[in-house]
Amino acid sequence: MNILVLIKPVPDPEREKDIRIDEASGRLVRDGIPMVIDPESRNALEAALQLAEKSGREQSCVFALAMAPEQAKDKLVEALAMGADEAYLLSDKAFGGADTYATSRTLAQAVRKIEEDKGFAFDLILAGTSSSDGGTSHVAVQTAEWLKRTHISNVCSLDVNGGTVTAIKRSEEVMLTFEGEEPAVVGVTRDINKPRFVTAVGIIKARKKPLTIWSAEEIGTCGDLTGLEGSPTKPGRLFEPEQGRAGEAIGDTPEAAAAEILQIIRKAGL
Amino acid sequence: MDFNFTEEQVMLREAFAQFAKEEIAPHAAEWDEKDYVPMEIVPKLGEMGIMGVFVPEKYGGVGLGHVERCIALEEVARYSAGLAMMVFTHHLGLAAILDYGTEEQKQKWLPGMCDGSCVCGLAVTEPGGGSDVAGLKTEAVLDGDTWTINGRKCFITNSHCAGVTVVTCRTGEDEKGRPIMSTIAIEAGTEGFKPGREENKMGLKGSFTGELIMDNVKVPLSNTVGEPGKGMPITMKELGEVGRASMAAIELGILRACLEDAVAFAKERILYGKPLSKLQAIQFNIAEIRCDYEASRLMLYNAAAMKDAGKVGAEFSMAKYFASEAAVRSARRLIEIMGGYGYVNEYPAGRYLRDAIGCVPSCGTSEIQKMIVAGETLKKF
Repeated sequence: MNILVLIKPVPDPEREKDIRIDEASGRLVRDGIPMVIDPESRNALEAALQLAEKSGREQSCVFALAMAPEQAKDKLVEALAMGADEAYLLSDKAFGGADTYATSRTLAQAVRKIEEDKGFAFDLILAGTSSSDGGTSHVAVQTAEWLKRTHISNVCSLDVNGGTVTAIKRSEEVMLTFEGEEPAVVGVTRDINKPRFVTAVGIIKARKKPLTIWSAEEIGTCGDLTGLEGSPTKPGRLFEPEQGRAGEAIGDTPEAAAAEILQIIRKAGL
Repeated sequence: MDFNFTEEQVMLREAFAQFAKEEIAPHAAEWDEKDYVPMEIVPKLGEMGIMGVFVPEKYGGVGLGHVERCIALEEVARYSAGLAMMVFTHHLGLAAILDYGTEEQKQKWLPGMCDGSCVCGLAVTEPGGGSDVAGLKTEAVLDGDTWTINGRKCFITNSHCAGVTVVTCRTGEDEKGRPIMSTIAIEAGTEGFKPGREENKMGLKGSFTGELIMDNVKVPLSNTVGEPGKGMPITMKELGEVGRASMAAIELGILRACLEDAVAFAKERILYGKPLSKLQAIQFNIAEIRCDYEASRLMLYNAAAMKDAGKVGAEFSMAKYFASEAAVRSARRLIEIMGGYGYVNEYPAGRYLRDAIGCVPSCGTSEIQKMIVAGETLKKF
């Protein structure tokens, strides 16, 4: 089984408090915030590794693909250390400022090139459904549309048997089971699995695994199809909404507080 | 000159830190409170590569060096210095086998020690004292190809869980009446070899410390680690390099815990209408902890890099001495910053102090370290 995983490097979500929005450009200011593999991308990679192990690790391959500045190369090395066999980084100034439309278009172009170079098509492309920074949930679906492949997102359980993809999606009240045919693109959620740790042995093995860096030209795309130029989305004003709420201390004793709460509820007509 | 870690070392640290955060941090307080040794985590430490990080790949290890070994210990000790004590002693015994053992011994024991199925130990200290290695009384008598060992060791880490323990034994006297020592590996379950009393420690819980009793223990001559009669230099080298490096790494983990907790508390706690971190008196304490941490870090990793380059002297003693005293100072400062919260067991500050105090005598007291540093200094300058 041949699987490709879309990896998104993001600013560490645990440092959320330090992330600012630049009012002039409307973009996230990532300076000084360490980059990590987006948590759901990590789940996607774990799902890919488990499927590859199930169908015979030696006969399977798991590739990782990211579009990011070259400094994010170590995130792909991390993906290799987790168990991916090969990694590709799309890195070029021309890719900068891309919205999800341009990003997915560029990723799809790279997928076509990898498949052409390797002489096979991926049975599955896995990605996180929604990244911790942008959170649009667009990229996996849009990439599938560019590639004209079956897609499903928000998947919390995934299996593949004889070319049939079975995916379970959690909605608010029920679990929905979908079946589709390979090749497919699947967006997973964090509850699909617990990603394995990167081990010291994994890091050593990653030394010898191929990591290819491609420019826009190398994947056969150009300025007006990618990056800011190829992005129809024009962000409006971005701001942090005021979330403070006024607190009020009520009742000197528990009994008095209970009576006062009751009064408030009745007054509100609940 | 470059004090930066390599990209690979940074990645290794992140990997170990992630593991420690998920697998150690949530349980550390409970292990301390219940004086529990989490043996179930040992295979996971093996899988992560922590148990055999510096062992060559052909024996099942990762094939990295002592800088990486210290990174692993620092990350484990960041959340549980007690568990780190188990790992450090394991490395200590293992290093003796790796550095001095026969090929047969390495093939037999190292793979299990790397994958976490066998914990290793090193037993030197006796009721009569720890630092006076020449005064040890545990005796091994050779009859044909068999050692018969009698004696008692105390304050031995991994006493109750080691699958193999490298024991320093007196095996004779030279013409001037000075003891001849040998290091002999004893496997758990060997007749007459058993753990004795398990110590009820003040800190460093999460690892066993106790007695080992040897009552007519018979082991083959082939269990001798290194040449018979070379036990003293073998023991001193491993304690001096692997042991003291490990202790400094564990103390560094405690120091980082103090630093991170001090900063988090000072930013969150509101006093006089503003965060504690705005008060200059608190800032001074934080600056002291930071300086202690950074100085210890530089001393330790400099010494570890020197060891990997094969030219370390008294640097590990300097790092161990400085970091152990610094960890005690910093844990006390953290308690002062936290006030009442620092003194209650709901927060780990008290544990850091108990653990830091426990580190001071391990692998040589501060006085012993100063003697070693002074000895080298008087020769060198």
